[in-house]
Amino acid sequence: MNGVHDMGGMHGFGPINIEEDEPVFHEEWEGRVYGMVTGIREEHDVYGPYGSRHYIENIPPARYLASSYYERWMLALEAALVNKGMLTAEELDARTRQFGDDPSAEVSRRADAELAARVRRRIYAPQPLEQEAASPPSFAVGDAIIVRNIHPVGHTRLPRYVRGKRGVIARIYGAQGFQDEPTTADSSPQHVYSVVFEAGELWGEGAEPNQRLYIDMWECWMDAAR
Amino acid sequence: MSGNHDNSSGHHPEPQSYAELRTKAIESLLIEKGLLSTDAIDARVQAYEQDIGPLNGAKVVARAWTDVEYRKRLLEDGTSAIGEMGFYGSQGAEIVVLENTATVHNLVVCTLCSCYPWPVLGLPPRWYKSDAYRARAVIEPRAVLKEFGLILDESVEVRVWDSNSDIRYMVLPERPQGTEDMDEDALAALVTRDSMVGVAKAKTPEHAA
Repeated sequence: MNGVHDMGGMHGFGPINIEEDEPVFHEEWEGRVYGMVTGIREEHDVYGPYGSRHYIENIPPARYLASSYYERWMLALEAALVNKGMLTAEELDARTRQFGDDPSAEVSRRADAELAARVRRRIYAPQPLEQEAASPPSFAVGDAIIVRNIHPVGHTRLPRYVRGKRGVIARIYGAQGFQDEPTTADSSPQHVYSVVFEAGELWGEGAEPNQRLYIDMWECWMDAAR
Repeated sequence: MSGNHDNSSGHHPEPQSYAELRTKAIESLLIEKGLLSTDAIDARVQAYEQDIGPLNGAKVVARAWTDVEYRKRLLEDGTSAIGEMGFYGSQGAEIVVLENTATVHNLVVCTLCSCYPWPVLGLPPRWYKSDAYRARAVIEPRAVLKEFGLILDESVEVRVWDSNSDIRYMVLPERPQGTEDMDEDALAALVTRDSMVGVAKAKTPEHAA
């Protein structure tokens, strides 16, 4: 979708705010959100086929921009849980009010050693990515391509700033399941390539000198360029 | 939660933010419904607070600087070579390593979200997840690098990698001069997180803390 999350090339966000020696989590709740999201999505199909990003990208634009990284994760998590019927908006609102009214209220606790061990194991377990594509790669390294000018309304991994642009195949990677919501192709594995674009092709005359942009491209996004 | 906030007196030092209250509500409900457990959430938090971080990547880089064969394997198949060191897992299904040289400088960004190679670098810093970095790294990387204190000559090619698929990218920085006599451990201390994202070079021995 052409959402605010598709930020490549946007202006107006100001300088990069660089913090020396920052902690992994700045506040305790950030770690809890992180732990809940990464823990639960491997246990339960909370987010559906397009993952948490579907929900993050559907946060209303003004709210998305006003939210921090982990606030976005939190909003996506609650939206997905409500959507799946795993909790209701009413009970969530009621409990939030309770914690606000009673600052000494404690978060519920429960230990489950087996579950914790499973979660811990997955943090460190290899997660093979390469899958089999149905056909051999359509492109070879050095081939000129043009990116399709498509505007999928659902989740897509194709940022706006490369659509319609001309690039060259730089590397051929293994196949990956197609991640976009199925507007252009189904979720079967396709060959993925690293494609290189000249900065001038993307940004015109104002591009910085001697710069190239590499991005991963699923096969169905590209046509051979003449 | 960890129980290190004793609110039994009823005096909280400052009002809790909406995110804090909301997070407590979600966690409580998930735990009461049996969907998650406190120790399962703790496991994820502790792994990245205490174990998995840029020191992993620094070890990979230091070995690549001292072992020619390893360097070759690392650049050909990053995932396997990093796995040799015992690093794999979440957000590391496929890791591609990009070599910085005197004439090519690589820089990694994720414009759509904040994809990052967790097994070698841990969780990303705030600036990497910021809207400003995501927006600007692809259109004005030299201006961005300048804000990190890195000014590259125009003769150096800047390659920006937008990690939009499930592949994760890590930069192999150049080995600094004057490090010929240093062993792997000493070299690893020169390899910063920022140098493996590509917003900085590795530290020189004079600047190592």
